Amino acid sequence: MLTHVLRLTARKSRELFRIRLSYRTQRYLFIYIVLGIPLLYFLSTRIVPILYAFNVSVRDWNLLSSDQPFVGFENFSLLFNDGIFRKSIVNTFKFVVIGVPGQLIVGLAVALLLQSIHRFRGFFRTIYFIPYVTSIIAVSWVFRWILMRNGWLNEVLLQLGLEPQLFLQSPHQALILITLTMIWQSIGFQMLVFMTGLEAIPRMYYEAASIDGAGAWRKFVHITLPLLNPVIVFSAVIGVIAYLQSFGQVLSMTNGGPLNSTTTMVLHIYNLAFLQFKMGRAAAATVVLFAIILLLTLLQLKVLKKNVEY
Amino acid sequence: MSSVREIRASNRFPVEKLRMIFVYLLLIAGVGIMLFPFLWMVATSFKIPQDVYNLRLIPETITFDNYATIFKKAPFSEWIKNTLIISLIATTTVVIFDTATGYVLAKFSFIGKQLIFIIIISTIMVPTEMLIIPWYLIANEFGWSDTYWGVLFPGIITAFGIFLMRQFMDSIPSDLLDAARVDGLNEWSILLNIAIPLVKPAIVTLIILTFIGNWNQFIWPLIVLQTEEKFTLPVGIVYFSSELKDTSNWILIMAGTTISIAPLILIFLIFQKQIIRGIALSGMK
Repeated sequence: MLTHVLRLTARKSRELFRIRLSYRTQRYLFIYIVLGIPLLYFLSTRIVPILYAFNVSVRDWNLLSSDQPFVGFENFSLLFNDGIFRKSIVNTFKFVVIGVPGQLIVGLAVALLLQSIHRFRGFFRTIYFIPYVTSIIAVSWVFRWILMRNGWLNEVLLQLGLEPQLFLQSPHQALILITLTMIWQSIGFQMLVFMTGLEAIPRMYYEAASIDGAGAWRKFVHITLPLLNPVIVFSAVIGVIAYLQSFGQVLSMTNGGPLNSTTTMVLHIYNLAFLQFKMGRAAAATVVLFAIILLLTLLQLKVLKKNVEY
Repeated sequence: MSSVREIRASNRFPVEKLRMIFVYLLLIAGVGIMLFPFLWMVATSFKIPQDVYNLRLIPETITFDNYATIFKKAPFSEWIKNTLIISLIATTTVVIFDTATGYVLAKFSFIGKQLIFIIIISTIMVPTEMLIIPWYLIANEFGWSDTYWGVLFPGIITAFGIFLMRQFMDSIPSDLLDAARVDGLNEWSILLNIAIPLVKPAIVTLIILTFIGNWNQFIWPLIVLQTEEKFTLPVGIVYFSSELKDTSNWILIMAGTTISIAPLILIFLIFQKQIIRGIALSGMK
């Protein structure tokens, strides 16, 4: 009787073990399959291509010739002796310096205005967000039309008795106008990010400050801004990366002109690689762009990220 | 004492009211700035050639000829079809893979999980421009240039979507999944029948954001596509508009941009709740 019971438990535990084992195998099989596909995918479409880009950047790689000899850093020195490339770096920084603060300030202003009203908040939010979902290319052509020599804005200036402007055909106005277009299109996104950030600030801080007699400005400087800091850092990092990669708007609105006053790094890369087929030099330029993005991102995280404790 | 307070209150009231009026006026001016370019675009697209430079927002003579003309002048219907097919395929694969990956990264613990997550997320930081030259060389090597697959292959799975789905999947209680395991469900049916129904709103968000992103993507299709019939809408718009701009055919260009923008505004107005929630959540963390 006892042996029978013992044998029974032994069999039962063996069965249980088999079930547990099969359960564990099944679980790991599941994890391997689900994660294996994206890992292989990112390896082959992101990691390997990055290494490949580095490889192309140190070769004389012309799409029209069959061999691609190793040339070391020649592509980089050629780039930095290329006046247009240097100009494109300066222009790209102008886009960042005007665009990022512009987008942050306008976005925050709209978010604060929307937070202070109680009716139609959803309506305004929807309208302000519309440009963000539309095609950059289509929007650029619309602005190009508005800013044409005989477009809407100049007609309005004329009717007001003012001097018509060159706008996109002026080396002094084109860059700032393209940046304004970019800001216009991203206000909705920026506003939304700030609205989410503002909602996360506890009401009681403001109430406590009111009791202490703080005015609206002091509340903004001493409560809103410091507590919004993580959101500001996040937005600045995303914004800098986006403006460093300005391309579609420039290609559609000025194609880099007049006099290369709006040529950006990415436009120059595009021209080098796909109009002149100089893959090596273009790849070297992408490496420079990547280095700038990485450097600025790390710098921003270090400078802007102050821990605020309350 | 009380009279002072009363005076103060009655003084504050109009100031407060004036302030609110000012805020609303500012916001309404903003609405004008945000909407005017679209209104002007649509208005231009319905004008007859003689009225192009007329400042009227509602044209005296409204015509649909421009739309008929652009469909004859350029393969717009092909471009719409291509953009739609590419966006739908990419959205399907992204939803399948990103949802499953996000789920595993959120709800399972195993060695190397953090590393895998960091590898995937760090690919967001790499500028597309750096990848485009290798992608182009790969596409040429394998004969993928000028095909749907050529446009599609860099966007089959997205790191952003994995990140988004992981955030949402994180909120599913693990007890619920364990209970299903005790009941004998296998991992696939737990994912399909329990996890996915719980994050349906998040999946809707992912679908819409991916669709919009693919509909609007520009630089890669511009490079990988060569024949006019294969273009997507943004590439087609640039090609078409660049050819027409010298003849100042703005009524036609604006008809083209309207076609490419209108479906997106429509999708946004229908699904704005999901879109706004998705952006807010991905921007928060």
